[in-house]
Amino acid sequence: MALLEIKGLKTHFKTDDGWLHAVDGVDISIDRGETVGVVGESGCGKSVTAKTVMKLIDMPPGKIVAGQVLWKGRDLVPLPPEAMQKIRAKEISIIFQEPMTSLNPVYTVGEQIAESLRLHEGLSRREAMDRAVEMLKLVRIPTPERRVRDYPHQFSGGMRQRVMIAIALACKPQLVIADEPTTALDVTIQAQILDLLQRLKDEMGMAVMLITHAMGVVAEVAQRVVVMYAGKVVEEAPVKALFAHPRHPYTQGLIRSIPRIDLDAQHKVRLEAIPGTVPKLIEPAEGCRFAARCKHARAECRQATPPLREVAPGHRVACILDL
Amino acid sequence: MSTPLLQVKGLKKHFPIRGGLLRRVVDHVHAVDGVSFELQAGETLGLVGESGCGKSTTGRCVLRLIEPTAGEVLFEGRNVGGMAGDELRAMARDMQIIFQDPFASLNPRMTVGAIVGEGLVIHKLAANPREINERVVQLLETVGLSADHMRRYPHEFSGGQRQRIGIARALAVNPKLVVCDEAVSALDVSIQAQVINLLEDLREQFNLTYIFIAHDLSVVEHISHRVAVMYLGRIVEVAPSRQLYTSPKHPYTEALLSAVPIPDPTVARKRIVLEGDVPSPIHPPSGCHFHPRCPRAQERCRTEAPTLQPLGPNHQAACHFPN
Repeated sequence: MALLEIKGLKTHFKTDDGWLHAVDGVDISIDRGETVGVVGESGCGKSVTAKTVMKLIDMPPGKIVAGQVLWKGRDLVPLPPEAMQKIRAKEISIIFQEPMTSLNPVYTVGEQIAESLRLHEGLSRREAMDRAVEMLKLVRIPTPERRVRDYPHQFSGGMRQRVMIAIALACKPQLVIADEPTTALDVTIQAQILDLLQRLKDEMGMAVMLITHAMGVVAEVAQRVVVMYAGKVVEEAPVKALFAHPRHPYTQGLIRSIPRIDLDAQHKVRLEAIPGTVPKLIEPAEGCRFAARCKHARAECRQATPPLREVAPGHRVACILDL
Repeated sequence: MSTPLLQVKGLKKHFPIRGGLLRRVVDHVHAVDGVSFELQAGETLGLVGESGCGKSTTGRCVLRLIEPTAGEVLFEGRNVGGMAGDELRAMARDMQIIFQDPFASLNPRMTVGAIVGEGLVIHKLAANPREINERVVQLLETVGLSADHMRRYPHEFSGGQRQRIGIARALAVNPKLVVCDEAVSALDVSIQAQVINLLEDLREQFNLTYIFIAHDLSVVEHISHRVAVMYLGRIVEVAPSRQLYTSPKHPYTEALLSAVPIPDPTVARKRIVLEGDVPSPIHPPSGCHFHPRCPRAQERCRTEAPTLQPLGPNHQAACHFPN
């Protein structure tokens, strides 16, 4: 059984112009200890998928219209808030992009790490603070005994993200959802954080769902990749297969549109930009949502939504053409 | 060689920090701390570095959007610093800037036509309203928009389209030099590629000279002829872009390049992970600013600041122990 299995998930939002289909039939499964990258551009529904798993969507305006989120076989969608709270942080935790807004400015970082330990593991204040120091040491914050009493504003961006990771891992969850964890950071700091995540994952054996827009980050960290576009999964494959033989025209476009510093100038061609922009997701019509920007699109593409089909072991694509 | 289009000599910008009851100047942020470079007409110079390295401040000092503390900026051999009145206004026409945030840099109360046409009015580049109109339509078409966008407002456009509006505005006054300050950083990759291609086409078409400021090294390498790497207010290395990427001389450049994620899971690379964060530019480290994080640092680096030394054709680095 997969650790997490998202099945036919649809999360929609009510707006003045009608229902916005942010997540519109998404299937993603994650095994124990596996790192799955979820990539896509702004508005593809990757973050909303993650927040739906954690039940962090404001309802209303949001609504889970259909689908299941099976956590070790048990559906989280109908779960009441109290039961969900027992799972959050303890079994599944989340790391957000912006460490400044997701940390509470009026509590010390020690208190914030200790909070979930006291709640979930019933530790005393003293024990929880000791564990908080251990966690800060684990995420390589220098002089953790002293820093545990500091407030978030006393940390740099990279250090704050380390604190976020310490909070997320305090209760040894089985799944960590990292939502653009390095997007706000400089490259050298991003390298530190990715290394740290990788090392902690190896030590603690948790599964990671890494949500990002950066193909480079996915290539370096993930074992399997799910590509999303306009609220749907368009392709899913083991990382090497995805980069070696991308099958969906959107994935192909995404890979070709990034400049590469590792290739020689002689090989360097003009970037292959994908024309047009992402479609509006307010009550979208039937048919492939990428068709309007796709150079291979035919009449059939606009008639019915292409389902995911397996083209190689573990490699699925939602395109009717063999590309 | 003819006179360079732009010469920057010993540029410094120190921002005062005020404190205490009387708001006295208690310290300075050494944002730019002695930067010199030259730029030939038609050339694109990339400025890269992490947050706070002074790359944007350098760009703004060149345009005199902020007054430098020391140093000279010569445009076509004339000192920009000493200019006033009509001379300065003429200079402002020759140098334009494209900003990062396409949401904040366009006035939401002005139509696209008025935004793009404003420069034409200010610099009296059109005889009558009809001529302005014609020119605006032509500009919009040049950047891939159309005439019927003229009467619309910025909020009706996507990020990529807004960036095109910003480019049209910059081009309106026929500039010679355009500073692109993180001009594609806020865009999704598929849209980013469109805008990079557009900037390359325009460079060709109008013989533009760019200073391309960005933190994304892949993008900078792609678009630039030469790249200057900045660290804490100083240029640590400058070289033709391919050469910089294939044989970096400065240990910081080397670490920075190794931290860039490569979108190819089969590429195995040794990543140099720098310890710690970038120090504060209020009290930058003595000697070489990079020495506290440098794996190669020795006693000399702590006391003596290295200057840019020629290490190959067009290749300079500021390091006592270069590769």
